[in-house]
Amino acid sequence: MAPAVLTRLTLTDFRSYEGASLDLDGRPVFLFGDNGAGKTNLLEAVSFLAPGKGLRGAGAGEVGRRMPGEAKGRAWSVAALVAAEGGDLRLGTGVEPDAARRIVRLEGETVQAGRLSEMVRLIWLTPAQDRLFLEGGTERRRFLDRLAFAAEPPHAAAAAAYERAMRERMKLLTDGPDDPLWLAALESRAAAAGAAVASARIRAVRALQVEIDGRADRPFPLASVSLSGDWDDAPDTEARLASTLAAARGRDAAAGRALSGPHRTDLVVIHREKDRPAAECSTGEQKALVLNLVLAQAARLSRAESAPNPILLLDEVAAHLDPERRAALFDEIAALKLQAFLTGVEAALFDGLKGRGSGVRVDRGALRTVED
Amino acid sequence: MASFASPEIERLIALLAKLPGMGPRSARRAALALLKKRDQLLTPLADALTDAAAKVRACSVCGALDAQDPCAVCSDRSRDRALICVVEEVGALWAMERAGAYRGRYQVLGGLLSALDGVGPDNLRIGELVARARDGEVQEVILALPATVDGQTTAHYLAERLADAGVSVTSLARGVPVGGELDWLDDGTIAQALRARRPA
Ligand SMILES: Nc1ncnc2c1ncn2[C@@H]1O[C@H](COP(=O)(O)OP(=O)(O)O)[C@@H](O)[C@H]1O
Ligand SMILES: [Mg+2]
Ligand SMILES: [Zn+2]
Repeated sequence: MAPAVLTRLTLTDFRSYEGASLDLDGRPVFLFGDNGAGKTNLLEAVSFLAPGKGLRGAGAGEVGRRMPGEAKGRAWSVAALVAAEGGDLRLGTGVEPDAARRIVRLEGETVQAGRLSEMVRLIWLTPAQDRLFLEGGTERRRFLDRLAFAAEPPHAAAAAAYERAMRERMKLLTDGPDDPLWLAALESRAAAAGAAVASARIRAVRALQVEIDGRADRPFPLASVSLSGDWDDAPDTEARLASTLAAARGRDAAAGRALSGPHRTDLVVIHREKDRPAAECSTGEQKALVLNLVLAQAARLSRAESAPNPILLLDEVAAHLDPERRAALFDEIAALKLQAFLTGVEAALFDGLKGRGSGVRVDRGALRTVED
Repeated sequence: MASFASPEIERLIALLAKLPGMGPRSARRAALALLKKRDQLLTPLADALTDAAAKVRACSVCGALDAQDPCAVCSDRSRDRALICVVEEVGALWAMERAGAYRGRYQVLGGLLSALDGVGPDNLRIGELVARARDGEVQEVILALPATVDGQTTAHYLAERLADAGVSVTSLARGVPVGGELDWLDDGTIAQALRARRPA
Protein backbone atom coordinates (compact mmCIF):
# COMPACT_ATOMS: atom_id res chain seq x y z
CA MET A 1 0.00 0.00 0.00
CA ALA A 2 1.18 3.50 -0.79
CA PRO A 3 2.37 5.32 2.31
CA ALA A 4 -0.38 7.39 3.89
CA VAL A 5 0.68 10.98 3.70
CA LEU A 6 -1.29 13.99 4.78
CA THR A 7 -0.68 16.68 2.19
CA ARG A 8 -2.88 19.35 3.70
CA LEU A 9 -4.48 20.02 7.06
CA THR A 10 -7.24 22.54 7.70
CA LEU A 11 -8.53 23.35 11.17
CA THR A 12 -11.73 25.30 11.74
CA ASP A 13 -12.73 26.42 15.23
CA PHE A 14 -10.65 23.64 16.72
CA ARG A 15 -9.36 24.56 20.23
CA SER A 16 -7.31 27.77 19.85
CA TYR A 17 -7.49 27.73 16.04
CA GLU A 18 -10.17 29.84 14.42
CA GLY A 19 -9.01 28.84 10.99
CA ALA A 20 -5.59 27.57 9.99
CA SER A 21 -4.16 25.38 7.32
CA LEU A 22 -0.89 23.75 6.61
CA ASP A 23 0.53 22.27 3.41
CA LEU A 24 2.67 19.22 3.97
CA ASP A 25 5.13 17.32 1.84
CA GLY A 26 5.23 14.01 3.72
CA ARG A 27 8.47 14.76 5.51
CA PRO A 28 8.60 15.28 9.27
CA VAL A 29 7.25 18.58 10.52
CA PHE A 30 8.58 20.29 13.60
CA LEU A 31 6.25 22.70 15.30
CA PHE A 32 7.85 25.27 17.54
CA GLY A 33 6.50 28.17 19.53
CA ASP A 34 5.95 29.43 23.05
CA ASN A 35 4.00 27.61 25.72
CA GLY A 36 0.30 27.88 24.94
CA ALA A 37 0.93 28.71 21.28
CA GLY A 38 -1.20 25.80 20.07
CA LYS A 39 1.35 23.07 19.26
CA THR A 40 -0.34 20.28 21.19
CA ASN A 41 -3.70 21.47 19.87
CA LEU A 42 -2.47 20.85 16.33
CA LEU A 43 -1.26 17.35 17.22
CA GLU A 44 -4.60 16.71 18.86
CA ALA A 45 -6.37 17.83 15.70
CA VAL A 46 -4.36 15.28 13.70
CA SER A 47 -5.16 12.63 16.31
CA PHE A 48 -8.86 13.05 15.53
CA LEU A 49 -8.11 11.50 12.15
CA ALA A 50 -8.28 8.20 14.05
CA PRO A 51 -11.44 6.83 15.67
CA GLY A 52 -11.74 7.66 19.36
CA LYS A 53 -11.14 10.64 21.57
CA GLY A 54 -7.80 11.90 20.33
CA LEU A 55 -4.55 12.23 22.21
CA ARG A 56 -6.03 14.21 25.09
CA GLY A 57 -8.95 11.81 25.51
CA ALA A 58 -11.35 14.72 24.98
CA GLY A 59 -14.95 14.42 23.87
CA ALA A 60 -16.08 15.89 20.57
CA GLY A 61 -17.98 18.54 22.53
CA GLU A 62 -14.87 19.78 24.36
CA VAL A 63 -12.57 20.68 21.52
CA GLY A 64 -14.65 23.30 19.73
CA ARG A 65 -13.20 26.81 20.01
CA ARG A 66 -14.50 28.69 23.01
CA MET A 67 -14.07 32.34 23.86
CA PRO A 68 -13.43 33.16 27.53
CA GLY A 69 -16.71 32.81 29.42
CA GLU A 70 -18.40 30.76 26.72
CA ALA A 71 -19.88 27.58 28.11
CA LYS A 72 -20.12 25.67 24.89
CA GLY A 73 -17.58 25.11 22.15
CA ARG A 74 -18.37 25.87 18.53
CA ALA A 75 -18.95 23.40 15.76
CA TRP A 76 -15.46 22.42 14.61
CA SER A 77 -13.76 20.49 11.89
CA VAL A 78 -10.41 19.03 11.00
CA ALA A 79 -10.00 18.34 7.32
CA ALA A 80 -7.12 16.64 5.59
CA LEU A 81 -6.04 15.69 2.14
CA VAL A 82 -4.55 12.21 2.12
CA ALA A 83 -2.34 11.25 -0.78
CA ALA A 84 -3.73 8.17 -2.50
CA GLU A 85 -3.07 6.35 -5.75
CA GLY A 86 -5.74 8.08 -7.84
CA GLY A 87 -5.15 11.54 -6.35
CA ASP A 88 -5.76 13.11 -2.98
CA LEU A 89 -8.66 11.89 -0.85
CA ARG A 90 -10.65 14.42 1.13
CA LEU A 91 -11.00 13.29 4.71
CA GLY A 92 -12.74 15.32 7.37
CA THR A 93 -14.08 15.06 10.88
CA GLY A 94 -15.88 17.32 13.31
CA VAL A 95 -19.23 18.16 14.80
CA GLU A 96 -22.05 20.06 13.15
CA PRO A 97 -23.92 22.93 14.83
CA ASP A 98 -26.48 21.65 17.38
CA ALA A 99 -24.98 18.16 17.14
CA ALA A 100 -23.01 16.31 19.78
CA ARG A 101 -21.61 13.39 17.88
CA ARG A 102 -18.42 13.52 15.88
CA ILE A 103 -18.95 12.65 12.26
CA VAL A 104 -16.44 11.52 9.66
CA ARG A 105 -16.58 12.39 6.01
CA LEU A 106 -14.71 10.78 3.16
CA GLU A 107 -14.93 12.50 -0.19
CA GLY A 108 -17.92 14.47 1.10
CA GLU A 109 -19.88 11.38 2.21
CA THR A 110 -20.55 10.67 5.87
CA VAL A 111 -18.93 7.35 6.74
CA GLN A 112 -18.39 5.27 9.88
CA ALA A 113 -15.46 6.39 12.03
CA GLY A 114 -13.89 2.96 11.57
CA ARG A 115 -13.15 3.85 7.94
CA LEU A 116 -10.48 6.24 9.20
CA SER A 117 -8.14 3.37 9.98
CA GLU A 118 -8.16 2.35 6.33
CA MET A 119 -6.44 5.61 5.48
CA VAL A 120 -4.58 6.85 8.52
CA ARG A 121 -2.77 5.10 11.35
CA LEU A 122 -1.48 7.15 14.19
CA ILE A 123 1.01 6.56 16.94
CA TRP A 124 1.46 9.21 19.56
CA LEU A 125 3.58 9.99 22.55
CA THR A 126 2.70 12.88 24.86
CA PRO A 127 4.09 14.23 28.14
CA ALA A 128 1.06 12.66 29.87
CA GLN A 129 2.50 9.28 28.97
CA ASP A 130 5.67 10.06 30.94
CA ARG A 131 3.77 8.71 33.91
CA LEU A 132 2.77 5.56 32.06
CA PHE A 133 4.63 3.25 34.42
CA LEU A 134 3.84 5.12 37.60
CA GLU A 135 0.08 5.20 37.47
CA GLY A 136 -2.64 2.58 37.70
CA GLY A 137 -3.22 0.04 34.98
CA THR A 138 -5.84 2.00 33.07
CA GLU A 139 -3.44 4.20 31.10
CA ARG A 140 -1.15 1.24 30.33
CA ARG A 141 -4.10 -0.79 29.11
CA ARG A 142 -5.07 2.10 26.84
CA PHE A 143 -1.52 2.25 25.54
CA LEU A 144 -1.57 -1.52 25.02
CA ASP A 145 -4.91 -1.36 23.24
CA ARG A 146 -3.66 1.39 20.95
CA LEU A 147 -0.69 -0.83 20.08
CA ALA A 148 -3.04 -3.71 19.28
CA PHE A 149 -5.52 -1.51 17.44
CA ALA A 150 -2.91 0.09 15.20
CA ALA A 151 -1.85 -3.35 14.02
CA GLU A 152 -5.35 -4.87 13.94
CA PRO A 153 -8.17 -2.30 13.68
CA PRO A 154 -10.92 -4.88 14.53
CA HIS A 155 -9.43 -4.87 18.03
CA ALA A 156 -11.38 -1.69 18.80
CA ALA A 157 -14.73 -3.34 18.03
CA ALA A 158 -13.83 -6.41 20.10
CA ALA A 159 -12.75 -4.25 23.04
CA ALA A 160 -15.97 -2.23 22.86
CA ALA A 161 -18.06 -5.42 22.64
CA TYR A 162 -16.26 -6.92 25.64
CA GLU A 163 -16.78 -3.78 27.68
CA ARG A 164 -20.44 -3.55 26.75
CA ALA A 165 -21.15 -7.20 27.58
CA MET A 166 -19.33 -6.86 30.91
CA ARG A 167 -21.25 -3.69 31.81
CA GLU A 168 -24.53 -5.43 30.95
CA ARG A 169 -23.51 -8.37 33.12
CA MET A 170 -22.60 -6.11 36.08
CA LYS A 171 -25.94 -4.33 35.76
CA LEU A 172 -27.77 -7.66 35.95
CA LEU A 173 -25.65 -8.84 38.87
CA THR A 174 -26.24 -5.68 40.89
CA ASP A 175 -29.81 -4.73 39.95
CA GLY A 176 -31.27 -8.06 38.77
CA PRO A 177 -33.31 -9.78 37.58
CA ASP A 178 -31.48 -12.92 38.60
CA ASP A 179 -31.81 -14.66 35.25
CA PRO A 180 -29.15 -17.37 34.76
CA LEU A 181 -29.93 -17.78 31.04
CA TRP A 182 -29.54 -14.06 30.38
CA LEU A 183 -26.33 -13.95 32.42
CA ALA A 184 -24.96 -16.96 30.54
CA ALA A 185 -25.81 -15.29 27.21
CA LEU A 186 -23.92 -12.15 28.26
CA GLU A 187 -20.97 -14.15 29.58
CA SER A 188 -20.79 -16.02 26.31
CA ARG A 189 -20.60 -12.70 24.41
CA ALA A 190 -18.07 -11.31 26.89
CA ALA A 191 -15.97 -14.47 26.57
CA ALA A 192 -15.95 -14.40 22.77
CA ALA A 193 -15.05 -10.71 22.62
CA GLY A 194 -12.65 -10.96 25.57
CA ALA A 195 -10.76 -13.84 23.96
CA ALA A 196 -10.40 -11.78 20.77
CA VAL A 197 -9.11 -8.85 22.83
CA ALA A 198 -6.65 -11.01 24.73
CA SER A 199 -5.24 -12.62 21.61
CA ALA A 200 -4.83 -9.34 19.70
CA ARG A 201 -3.00 -7.90 22.69
CA ILE A 202 -0.59 -10.81 23.06
CA ARG A 203 0.11 -10.75 19.32
CA ALA A 204 0.89 -7.05 19.56
CA VAL A 205 3.20 -7.59 22.52
CA ARG A 206 5.06 -10.48 20.89
CA ALA A 207 5.52 -8.58 17.64
CA LEU A 208 6.73 -5.57 19.59
CA GLN A 209 9.28 -7.67 21.46
CA VAL A 210 10.68 -9.04 18.20
CA GLU A 211 10.94 -5.50 16.91
CA ILE A 212 12.65 -4.24 20.07
CA ASP A 213 15.13 -7.11 19.98
CA GLY A 214 16.03 -6.16 16.42
CA ARG A 215 16.84 -2.64 17.50
CA ALA A 216 19.63 -3.35 19.98
CA ASP A 217 22.02 -1.07 18.07
CA ARG A 218 20.07 2.11 18.86
CA PRO A 219 21.00 4.31 21.84
CA PHE A 220 17.74 3.52 23.59
CA PRO A 221 17.21 1.17 26.53
CA LEU A 222 15.75 -2.20 25.60
CA ALA A 223 12.53 -3.35 27.20
CA SER A 224 11.14 -6.80 27.88
CA VAL A 225 7.41 -6.53 27.39
CA SER A 226 4.79 -9.00 28.57
CA LEU A 227 1.24 -9.15 29.86
CA SER A 228 0.14 -9.84 33.41
CA GLY A 229 -2.63 -12.27 34.23
CA ASP A 230 -3.60 -15.38 32.37
CA TRP A 231 -5.56 -14.24 29.34
CA ASP A 232 -3.77 -14.77 26.05
CA ASP A 233 -4.32 -16.58 22.77
CA ALA A 234 -4.43 -20.14 24.17
CA PRO A 235 -7.14 -22.11 22.37
CA ASP A 236 -9.22 -22.56 25.51
CA THR A 237 -9.26 -18.85 26.43
CA GLU A 238 -12.87 -18.27 25.43
CA ALA A 239 -14.23 -21.32 27.26
CA ARG A 240 -12.09 -20.60 30.31
CA LEU A 241 -13.24 -16.99 30.42
CA ALA A 242 -16.89 -17.99 30.16
CA SER A 243 -16.57 -20.46 33.03
CA THR A 244 -14.51 -18.05 35.12
CA LEU A 245 -17.21 -15.40 34.75
CA ALA A 246 -19.99 -17.87 35.55
CA ALA A 247 -18.16 -18.98 38.70
CA ALA A 248 -17.45 -15.40 39.78
CA ARG A 249 -21.04 -14.09 39.74
CA GLY A 250 -21.45 -13.98 43.51
CA ARG A 251 -18.01 -12.55 44.13
CA ASP A 252 -18.38 -9.90 41.41
CA ALA A 253 -21.85 -8.92 42.66
CA ALA A 254 -20.46 -8.46 46.18
CA ALA A 255 -17.50 -6.44 44.92
CA GLY A 256 -19.62 -4.32 42.58
CA ARG A 257 -17.17 -4.96 39.74
CA ALA A 258 -15.76 -7.86 37.77
CA LEU A 259 -12.65 -9.10 39.53
CA SER A 260 -11.21 -11.19 36.72
CA GLY A 261 -11.01 -10.99 32.96
CA PRO A 262 -8.86 -9.33 30.31
CA HIS A 263 -9.96 -5.88 31.53
CA ARG A 264 -7.51 -6.49 34.39
CA THR A 265 -4.56 -7.35 32.16
CA ASP A 266 -1.56 -5.08 32.60
CA LEU A 267 1.34 -4.31 30.31
CA VAL A 268 4.55 -5.27 32.11
CA VAL A 269 7.72 -3.51 30.98
CA ILE A 270 11.16 -4.41 32.31
CA HIS A 271 14.31 -2.39 31.66
CA ARG A 272 16.37 -5.28 30.35
CA GLU A 273 19.86 -4.09 31.06
CA LYS A 274 19.01 -3.05 34.63
CA ASP A 275 16.67 -6.01 35.08
CA ARG A 276 14.21 -3.70 36.84
CA PRO A 277 10.54 -2.92 36.30
CA ALA A 278 10.14 0.32 34.40
CA ALA A 279 8.44 1.95 37.39
CA GLU A 280 11.71 1.62 39.35
CA CYS A 281 13.79 3.34 36.66
CA SER A 282 14.69 7.01 36.58
CA THR A 283 12.29 9.42 34.89
CA GLY A 284 14.69 9.84 31.99
CA GLU A 285 15.05 6.09 31.57
CA GLN A 286 11.29 5.66 31.60
CA LYS A 287 10.85 8.25 28.89
CA ALA A 288 13.49 6.59 26.75
CA LEU A 289 11.89 3.17 27.31
CA VAL A 290 8.49 4.39 26.17
CA LEU A 291 9.94 6.23 23.20
CA ASN A 292 11.69 3.06 22.12
CA LEU A 293 8.41 1.14 22.42
CA VAL A 294 6.72 3.73 20.27
CA LEU A 295 9.50 3.71 17.66
CA ALA A 296 9.51 -0.09 17.58
CA GLN A 297 5.78 -0.01 16.96
CA ALA A 298 6.23 2.57 14.20
CA ALA A 299 8.93 0.43 12.59
CA ARG A 300 6.72 -2.62 12.78
CA LEU A 301 3.71 -0.89 11.27
CA SER A 302 5.73 0.79 8.56
CA ARG A 303 6.55 -2.67 7.19
CA ALA A 304 2.93 -3.88 7.13
CA GLU A 305 2.11 -4.18 3.45
CA SER A 306 -1.64 -4.08 3.76
CA ALA A 307 -1.96 -0.99 5.92
CA PRO A 308 -1.23 2.72 5.63
CA ASN A 309 2.13 3.87 6.89
CA PRO A 310 1.93 5.16 10.46
CA ILE A 311 1.99 8.86 11.23
CA LEU A 312 3.92 9.73 14.36
CA LEU A 313 2.85 12.46 16.80
CA LEU A 314 5.58 13.26 19.31
CA ASP A 315 4.64 16.01 21.73
CA GLU A 316 7.53 17.62 23.67
CA VAL A 317 9.67 14.56 23.17
CA ALA A 318 12.76 16.09 21.60
CA ALA A 319 13.52 18.44 24.50
CA HIS A 320 13.97 15.62 26.97
CA LEU A 321 16.46 13.64 24.92
CA ASP A 322 20.20 14.00 25.09
CA PRO A 323 21.77 15.00 21.74
CA GLU A 324 22.77 11.44 20.82
CA ARG A 325 19.28 10.07 21.35
CA ARG A 326 17.69 13.06 19.66
CA ALA A 327 19.86 12.44 16.60
CA ALA A 328 18.94 8.74 16.69
CA LEU A 329 15.25 9.67 16.84
CA PHE A 330 15.56 11.91 13.79
CA ASP A 331 17.57 9.29 11.90
CA GLU A 332 14.94 6.70 12.65
CA ILE A 333 12.08 8.88 11.46
CA ALA A 334 13.98 9.65 8.27
CA ALA A 335 14.97 6.01 7.70
CA LEU A 336 11.39 4.79 8.13
CA LYS A 337 10.18 7.63 5.87
CA LEU A 338 7.57 8.47 8.45
CA GLN A 339 5.40 11.50 8.38
CA ALA A 340 5.96 12.78 11.88
CA PHE A 341 4.78 15.82 13.78
CA LEU A 342 7.14 16.90 16.56
CA THR A 343 6.80 19.80 18.94
CA GLY A 344 9.20 21.83 21.02
CA VAL A 345 9.58 25.32 22.38
CA GLU A 346 12.72 26.14 20.40
CA ALA A 347 13.45 25.70 16.73
CA ALA A 348 17.05 24.85 17.62
CA LEU A 349 15.93 21.52 19.09
CA PHE A 350 15.28 20.36 15.58
CA ASP A 351 18.59 21.34 14.01
CA GLY A 352 19.27 17.66 13.43
CA LEU A 353 16.29 17.52 11.09
CA LYS A 354 17.60 20.32 8.87
CA GLY A 355 17.16 19.39 5.24
CA ARG A 356 15.07 16.34 6.20
CA GLY A 357 11.93 18.05 7.36
CA SER A 358 10.12 21.34 7.53
CA GLY A 359 9.60 23.74 10.40
CA VAL A 360 6.39 25.47 11.34
CA ARG A 361 6.22 28.39 13.71
CA VAL A 362 3.09 28.26 15.85
CA ASP A 363 1.99 31.59 17.22
CA ARG A 364 -1.41 32.08 18.88
CA GLY A 365 -3.38 29.97 16.45
CA ALA A 366 -1.42 30.95 13.37
CA LEU A 367 0.85 28.55 11.49
CA ARG A 368 3.77 29.72 9.40
CA THR A 369 6.05 27.37 7.53
CA VAL A 370 9.70 28.41 7.74
CA GLU A 371 12.24 27.42 5.13
CA ASP A 372 14.89 25.06 6.33
CA MET B 1 -34.50 29.32 22.00
CA ALA B 2 -36.47 32.51 21.36
CA SER B 3 -39.96 31.79 20.12
CA PHE B 4 -40.53 33.37 16.73
CA ALA B 5 -43.30 31.18 15.36
CA SER B 6 -46.84 30.54 16.52
CA PRO B 7 -47.43 27.73 19.06
CA GLU B 8 -48.94 25.58 16.27
CA ILE B 9 -45.75 25.75 14.24
CA GLU B 10 -43.52 25.32 17.30
CA ARG B 11 -45.46 22.18 18.22
CA LEU B 12 -45.10 20.80 14.70
CA ILE B 13 -41.34 21.44 14.73
CA ALA B 14 -40.93 19.94 18.21
CA LEU B 15 -42.73 16.76 17.13
CA LEU B 16 -40.87 16.44 13.84
CA ALA B 17 -37.58 16.83 15.71
CA LYS B 18 -38.39 13.65 17.64
CA LEU B 19 -38.40 11.55 14.49
CA PRO B 20 -35.36 9.34 13.91
CA GLY B 21 -32.69 11.06 11.86
CA MET B 22 -34.14 14.51 12.55
CA GLY B 23 -32.64 17.29 14.63
CA PRO B 24 -33.93 20.78 15.35
CA ARG B 25 -32.53 22.09 12.08
CA SER B 26 -33.96 19.44 9.79
CA ALA B 27 -37.27 19.62 11.69
CA ARG B 28 -37.54 23.34 10.92
CA ARG B 29 -36.79 22.66 7.26
CA ALA B 30 -39.38 19.88 7.12
CA ALA B 31 -42.03 21.99 8.85
CA LEU B 32 -41.42 24.80 6.40
CA ALA B 33 -41.70 22.46 3.41
CA LEU B 34 -44.98 21.06 4.78
CA LEU B 35 -46.49 24.48 5.44
CA LYS B 36 -45.51 25.77 2.02
CA LYS B 37 -47.05 22.76 0.26
CA ARG B 38 -50.38 22.66 2.04
CA ASP B 39 -52.27 20.75 -0.65
CA GLN B 40 -49.55 18.41 -1.92
CA LEU B 41 -47.97 17.59 1.47
CA LEU B 42 -49.47 18.97 4.65
CA THR B 43 -53.09 17.89 4.29
CA PRO B 44 -52.38 14.47 2.72
CA LEU B 45 -49.80 13.80 5.44
CA ALA B 46 -52.27 14.77 8.17
CA ASP B 47 -54.84 12.40 6.63
CA ALA B 48 -52.29 9.60 6.34
CA LEU B 49 -51.28 10.06 9.97
CA THR B 50 -54.90 9.99 11.16
CA ASP B 51 -55.58 6.91 9.08
CA ALA B 52 -52.50 5.10 10.35
CA ALA B 53 -53.27 6.04 13.96
CA ALA B 54 -56.81 4.69 13.62
CA LYS B 55 -56.08 1.47 11.75
CA VAL B 56 -52.52 0.22 12.16
CA ARG B 57 -51.94 -2.11 15.11
CA ALA B 58 -49.35 -4.65 16.16
CA CYS B 59 -50.33 -8.13 14.96
CA SER B 60 -51.47 -10.21 17.94
CA VAL B 61 -49.59 -13.22 16.57
CA CYS B 62 -46.21 -11.92 15.41
CA GLY B 63 -46.04 -8.24 16.43
CA ALA B 64 -45.78 -6.88 12.86
CA LEU B 65 -47.60 -3.64 12.07
CA ASP B 66 -50.65 -3.91 9.85
CA ALA B 67 -54.19 -2.62 9.43
CA GLN B 68 -55.49 -6.16 9.83
CA ASP B 69 -55.06 -8.56 12.75
CA PRO B 70 -53.63 -11.14 12.27
CA CYS B 71 -51.38 -9.34 9.83
CA ALA B 72 -51.23 -10.08 6.10
CA VAL B 73 -48.24 -12.41 6.53
CA CYS B 74 -49.80 -14.38 9.39
CA SER B 75 -53.10 -14.74 7.49
CA ASP B 76 -51.46 -15.80 4.23
CA ARG B 77 -52.28 -19.53 3.87
CA SER B 78 -49.49 -20.00 1.34
CA ARG B 79 -46.82 -19.08 3.89
CA ASP B 80 -44.71 -21.92 5.27
CA ARG B 81 -45.97 -22.45 8.82
CA ALA B 82 -42.94 -24.54 9.75
CA LEU B 83 -40.65 -21.48 9.75
CA ILE B 84 -40.48 -18.49 12.08
CA CYS B 85 -37.94 -15.75 11.45
CA VAL B 86 -37.15 -13.68 14.55
CA VAL B 87 -36.38 -10.00 13.96
CA GLU B 88 -35.72 -7.08 16.29
CA GLU B 89 -38.12 -4.61 14.74
CA VAL B 90 -40.61 -4.27 11.91
CA GLY B 91 -37.98 -2.54 9.73
CA ALA B 92 -36.06 -5.79 9.51
CA LEU B 93 -39.25 -7.66 8.59
CA TRP B 94 -39.85 -5.19 5.76
CA ALA B 95 -36.26 -5.69 4.55
CA MET B 96 -36.77 -9.47 4.49
CA GLU B 97 -40.04 -9.06 2.61
CA ARG B 98 -38.45 -6.70 0.09
CA ALA B 99 -35.75 -9.29 -0.54
CA GLY B 100 -38.54 -11.78 -1.32
CA ALA B 101 -36.35 -14.72 -0.38
CA TYR B 102 -38.27 -15.91 2.68
CA ARG B 103 -41.61 -17.75 2.66
CA GLY B 104 -42.18 -18.40 6.35
CA ARG B 105 -43.70 -16.26 9.11
CA TYR B 106 -42.12 -13.86 11.60
CA GLN B 107 -41.81 -12.93 15.22
CA VAL B 108 -41.05 -9.26 15.91
CA LEU B 109 -39.36 -9.03 19.32
CA GLY B 110 -39.86 -5.30 19.74
CA GLY B 111 -36.26 -4.68 20.86
CA LEU B 112 -33.21 -6.49 22.18
CA LEU B 113 -32.18 -7.58 25.65
CA SER B 114 -30.29 -4.79 27.39
CA ALA B 115 -29.93 -4.59 31.14
CA LEU B 116 -28.46 -1.09 30.87
CA ASP B 117 -31.47 0.13 28.92
CA GLY B 118 -33.87 -1.70 31.23
CA VAL B 119 -35.10 -4.13 28.56
CA GLY B 120 -35.53 -7.66 29.89
CA PRO B 121 -37.15 -10.82 28.51
CA ASP B 122 -40.54 -9.70 29.86
CA ASN B 123 -40.41 -6.51 27.79
CA LEU B 124 -39.98 -8.42 24.52
CA ARG B 125 -42.27 -10.84 22.68
CA ILE B 126 -40.22 -13.80 23.87
CA GLY B 127 -42.90 -15.72 25.79
CA GLU B 128 -45.09 -15.55 22.67
CA LEU B 129 -42.25 -16.85 20.53
CA VAL B 130 -41.61 -19.80 22.82
CA ALA B 131 -45.34 -20.65 22.86
CA ARG B 132 -45.52 -20.50 19.05
CA ALA B 133 -42.40 -22.63 18.70
CA ARG B 134 -44.04 -25.31 20.82
CA ASP B 135 -47.30 -25.43 18.88
CA GLY B 136 -46.28 -28.49 16.86
CA GLU B 137 -46.37 -26.90 13.41
CA VAL B 138 -43.12 -24.96 13.72
CA GLN B 139 -39.94 -26.85 12.86
CA GLU B 140 -37.33 -24.14 12.58
CA VAL B 141 -36.75 -20.76 14.22
CA ILE B 142 -34.36 -18.50 12.29
CA LEU B 143 -32.70 -15.77 14.34
CA ALA B 144 -32.10 -12.68 12.17
CA LEU B 145 -30.70 -10.35 14.82
CA PRO B 146 -27.99 -7.67 14.57
CA ALA B 147 -24.34 -8.59 15.03
CA THR B 148 -24.12 -6.23 18.02
CA VAL B 149 -23.54 -7.32 21.63
CA ASP B 150 -27.24 -6.86 22.43
CA GLY B 151 -28.29 -8.66 19.22
CA GLN B 152 -26.03 -11.62 19.80
CA THR B 153 -26.82 -11.81 23.52
CA THR B 154 -30.50 -11.93 22.62
CA ALA B 155 -29.83 -14.62 19.99
CA HIS B 156 -27.88 -16.71 22.50
CA TYR B 157 -30.63 -16.29 25.09
CA LEU B 158 -33.37 -17.27 22.63
CA ALA B 159 -31.44 -20.35 21.52
CA GLU B 160 -31.32 -21.46 25.17
CA ARG B 161 -35.00 -20.72 25.77
CA LEU B 162 -35.89 -22.72 22.65
CA ALA B 163 -33.54 -25.61 23.43
CA ASP B 164 -36.32 -27.98 24.53
CA ALA B 165 -39.08 -26.67 22.24
CA GLY B 166 -38.51 -29.41 19.68
CA VAL B 167 -37.45 -27.00 16.91
CA SER B 168 -34.12 -26.39 15.25
CA VAL B 169 -32.73 -22.90 15.92
CA THR B 170 -30.60 -21.30 13.23
CA SER B 171 -28.90 -17.94 12.67
CA LEU B 172 -28.43 -15.91 9.54
CA ALA B 173 -24.92 -16.27 8.15
CA ARG B 174 -22.61 -13.51 9.26
CA GLY B 175 -22.19 -11.57 6.05
CA VAL B 176 -23.77 -8.94 8.25
CA PRO B 177 -21.36 -6.16 9.21
CA VAL B 178 -20.68 -5.61 12.91
CA GLY B 179 -23.34 -3.31 14.31
CA GLY B 180 -25.21 -3.64 11.04
CA GLU B 181 -28.93 -4.00 11.17
CA LEU B 182 -30.92 -6.07 8.78
CA ASP B 183 -32.85 -3.20 7.24
CA TRP B 184 -29.63 -1.68 5.88
CA LEU B 185 -28.84 -4.75 3.86
CA ASP B 186 -29.56 -5.18 0.21
CA ASP B 187 -31.82 -7.95 -1.05
CA GLY B 188 -29.03 -10.14 -2.42
CA THR B 189 -27.17 -10.10 0.89
CA ILE B 190 -30.30 -11.08 2.79
CA ALA B 191 -31.07 -13.94 0.41
CA GLN B 192 -27.49 -15.15 0.68
CA ALA B 193 -27.49 -14.89 4.50
CA LEU B 194 -30.72 -16.89 4.57
CA ARG B 195 -29.41 -19.66 2.34
CA ALA B 196 -26.22 -19.95 4.37
CA ARG B 197 -27.92 -20.02 7.79
CA ARG B 198 -26.41 -22.32 10.37
CA PRO B 199 -27.30 -23.79 13.75
CA ALA B 200 -27.36 -21.08 16.43
N1 LIG C 1 -11.69 24.88 23.33
C1 LIG C 1 -10.76 25.86 23.26
N2 LIG C 1 -11.05 27.05 22.69
C2 LIG C 1 -10.13 28.03 22.63
N3 LIG C 1 -8.89 27.91 23.11
C3 LIG C 1 -8.53 26.75 23.69
C4 LIG C 1 -9.44 25.67 23.79
N4 LIG C 1 -8.82 24.64 24.41
C5 LIG C 1 -7.57 25.07 24.67
N5 LIG C 1 -7.38 26.34 24.24
C6 LIG C 1 -6.19 27.16 24.36
O1 LIG C 1 -5.12 26.54 23.70
C7 LIG C 1 -3.92 26.92 24.35
C8 LIG C 1 -3.05 25.72 24.62
O2 LIG C 1 -2.57 25.28 23.44
P1 LIG C 1 -1.55 24.07 23.39
O3 LIG C 1 -1.64 23.53 22.03
O4 LIG C 1 -1.77 23.14 24.52
O5 LIG C 1 -0.20 24.85 23.64
P2 LIG C 1 1.29 24.37 23.39
O6 LIG C 1 1.77 25.11 22.20
O7 LIG C 1 2.02 24.78 24.64
O8 LIG C 1 1.25 22.90 23.19
C9 LIG C 1 -4.26 27.54 25.65
O9 LIG C 1 -3.98 28.91 25.56
C10 LIG C 1 -5.73 27.28 25.80
O10 LIG C 1 -6.37 28.31 26.44
MG1 LIG D 1 1.92 21.42 24.44
ZN1 LIG E 1 -48.50 -11.36 12.15
